[in-house]
Amino acid sequence: MGETLTIRLTVNGEACDRSVEPRLLLSDFLRHELHLTGTHVGCEHGVCGACTVLLNGESVRSCLMFAVQADGAEITTIEGLATPSDGSGIPHPDDADLHPVQAAFREAHGLQCGFCTPGILMTLVPFLEANPDPEEEQIREVLSGHLCRCTGYQNIVKAVRLAAERMRT
Amino acid sequence: MKRVEGLSKLTGRELYVDDLPVDGFLWGATVRSPAARGRIRGIRFDDSVDWSEFTVVDHRDIPGTNAIFLIEEDQPVLAHGRVRHLHEPVLLLAHPRREELRRAVEAVHVDVDAEPPVLDFRLTPDRERIQYGDDNVLKRLRIEKGEVERALAQAPHVIEGVYETGAQEHVYLETQGMLAWEEDGVITIAGSMQCPYYIVEAFEHALGRTPDRIRIIQAATGGGFGGKEEFPSGIALHAALLALKAGRPVKLIYDRSEDLAVTTKRHPSRVRHRTGVDGDGKLLGQDIEVVLDGGAYVTLSPVVLSRSIIHAAGPYACDHVRIDGRAMFTNSPPFGAFRGFGAPQSLFACERHMDRIAAELGIDPVEIRKINLIRDGDSTATGQVIADGADRVQVLDRALDLADYYERRTAHAGFNAAEPTRRRGIGLATFFHGAGFTGSGELFLDSEVHVAGLPDGRIEVRTANVEMGQGTLTVFTSLVCDRLGVPAEAVTIAPADTSLVPNSGPTVASRTVMVVGGLLEKASDDLRTRTGLPADADGRAIREAIREWHRSHPGEPLIGKAKYEQPEHIHWDDETYRGDAYGAYAWGAYVADVEVDLRTFAVSVRDFVAVQEVGRVLHETLARGQIQGGVVQALGWALLEECKWRDGAMENAQLTNYVIPTAGDVPPIRVEFLESPYPHGARGAKGIGELPFDGVAPAVANAVAGATGTDPASVPLTPETVMDLILRQRPPAGSLT
Ligand code: FES
Ligand code: FES
Repeated sequence: MGETLTIRLTVNGEACDRSVEPRLLLSDFLRHELHLTGTHVGCEHGVCGACTVLLNGESVRSCLMFAVQADGAEITTIEGLATPSDGSGIPHPDDADLHPVQAAFREAHGLQCGFCTPGILMTLVPFLEANPDPEEEQIREVLSGHLCRCTGYQNIVKAVRLAAERMRT
Repeated sequence: MKRVEGLSKLTGRELYVDDLPVDGFLWGATVRSPAARGRIRGIRFDDSVDWSEFTVVDHRDIPGTNAIFLIEEDQPVLAHGRVRHLHEPVLLLAHPRREELRRAVEAVHVDVDAEPPVLDFRLTPDRERIQYGDDNVLKRLRIEKGEVERALAQAPHVIEGVYETGAQEHVYLETQGMLAWEEDGVITIAGSMQCPYYIVEAFEHALGRTPDRIRIIQAATGGGFGGKEEFPSGIALHAALLALKAGRPVKLIYDRSEDLAVTTKRHPSRVRHRTGVDGDGKLLGQDIEVVLDGGAYVTLSPVVLSRSIIHAAGPYACDHVRIDGRAMFTNSPPFGAFRGFGAPQSLFACERHMDRIAAELGIDPVEIRKINLIRDGDSTATGQVIADGADRVQVLDRALDLADYYERRTAHAGFNAAEPTRRRGIGLATFFHGAGFTGSGELFLDSEVHVAGLPDGRIEVRTANVEMGQGTLTVFTSLVCDRLGVPAEAVTIAPADTSLVPNSGPTVASRTVMVVGGLLEKASDDLRTRTGLPADADGRAIREAIREWHRSHPGEPLIGKAKYEQPEHIHWDDETYRGDAYGAYAWGAYVADVEVDLRTFAVSVRDFVAVQEVGRVLHETLARGQIQGGVVQALGWALLEECKWRDGAMENAQLTNYVIPTAGDVPPIRVEFLESPYPHGARGAKGIGELPFDGVAPAVANAVAGATGTDPASVPLTPETVMDLILRQRPPAGSLT
């Protein structure tokens, strides 16, 4: 066990102070220290995108960052995407509390095993904010940073279109 | 109906094995063989590590038989004395900290006196390389119908071809992983798996325990595709041995490069065809040899070979057929179950060969298929008479129609004549896939399901079949809702936990909906009967009757049950390999439209049409999702995914150099279903999960052939392969141009 550094950051709206080893990956920090296991690790090499989270509003691959690099930052993980209205921390099954991207994926069946899903959603949130009416090309391009082995991507593309539509209106 | 577990997957609350909360656990790791073959001379532990901090397990810690129980018992849980493939597990370590563990794995040295390995399944091994029987053949199977030699001798044309397919890694996005702990004398596993009861059996043998002291729980599983059929038994045993020795929970999770390097892959194949045809292209005799690379242990290769040869002659009627199959021993990590289970390999050869025959005879690839496709009343290679009411020519016509096949073919000819650097082509494949276990397999599985009525009037479905993305929970829920007339909220699915659910068989072979779903319908009926209600009772009455039953039988369980019974029409002879190989077949016709760039030799798929007859579609969106996902995974096998080998194992073991399709690589996939209900499947359904894998590679290769005037004989068609084909191009005699 080597030296540790103290970091202070906000995760899903909550402030948190932790001392961590300098080489601890942000993905491991989120998963094993904060028990936010919705952020998945599929390749440990920046290829699959499953570990994507928002860092100050931008999507980053948490397997390519050290936790100490997130010092002072605001992080949103998949667990922070829905806003349960009743404060229970658990979104209501009627979709009302889901982020529009989550709701669109649920409706358009943009997932199968679900392992790639959190990372894809965390990429799409800022993407759709910046591109409210994306072309199919653009959608496929942004998705091509993520691997999904189950769906063949077709329903994911559909879900993105549906989400964009919902977010515009 | 929305996906039952969709909400938890979309909000990050779904718990895969590495997400399970557990206190005071150790991380596990595996020390592996550094050589493809040899005798273990010794194992050295570096002094730089304080080994007293570690739990160390080797073969001496195995209380039962040192074998992973499957068809044979030849694969050790941990190598003892000798190793038979690179990366074979030799020793296990556990430690509270992952970093230390990684260093410790490097500090163990397995010294091996190397012996000459077999690294190419296509070559006849010399004496010093024989390691299985007297010829390294793991399994030999033969199908014989009519008199093939006579038919070939009399045929006006005999056309030959040799076709090869490469290995493929599943790349389920969640790697293999298991968590093990002992609780009240019961060894318990939670992990990523398709077949909880396979692990129970493996534990009975290797741990020498009775099933009541074994509990296997499926955690949420991030994709399987066959990769989590047999392989998990070994890693679960490893985790359990460490947990038993350490007296603490142990988590054994492979990282991606370990997963790619050591786990099972699709069997590489070589298939030879010698086919007699008349001038119209009518098949007169098919002589086929299928050779698969089995790897270093028997594992599932005999049954993969079986499915491979049963599908090798294609969905065609031919009176004289001989198919010889061999699975070969090599010093590679064992090849294993993967979506399609041997059928994609032999169907690639068959469908590529049909186009070659058409080209040599100067007839249309559509026509040669139409002449030969099985009509009701015709029989398959095993002599199974097909009379399912499905119209296979109609499936093909629908695909051609949807793809604008003839228009595009004409347009491509014009395009290719005008374009200096690009070539377009359109290709097709017709194929079939038998659902469920082969032959008497389902009988042998003896599956049982329960549908329980709970005291509060809810209904609980209890099976060992797992959700791994394909939609099991959703389809099971909807089947029971429909059968009993109750709303979805009234139905829950019990976790696939062997302490709670009966053995309804493995989640493989496209059997879950067709076979297990059918049993759920019967068990639902049984539940209703037990409450004393007639078949026409509505859902409200059934739920009230369940509550009432519990009031009068306090503390007793109310369980509707069903066990598999073989439909009367199925007759199969394992000795002669004749008869009804499968209860039902799904039929497909796929069309691929490709463009080949003559500067980069890259193939891009412009459009893909997938038409299939699947009995009955139970959930349109989920069914489409299965087809689309299968097509894309198969596009990877056809064009991109290439395992590079070193000493028999995968060398390019990272997702940076083993490339799978992204959203940017794949075309829109247009899916259409035709329905001709199968009376013994759930609501008429036949299997669907594997079917899409079979038709993709040949359709794509046939399209590449059409585009470039070459005669591809292998996949993957990487740019290097396509370049070779084009540069040494000699147009085959009489080819269509
Ligand atoms: S785990 Fe980070 S990109 Fe794959
Ligand atoms: S849903 Fe399984 S990897 Fe995308």
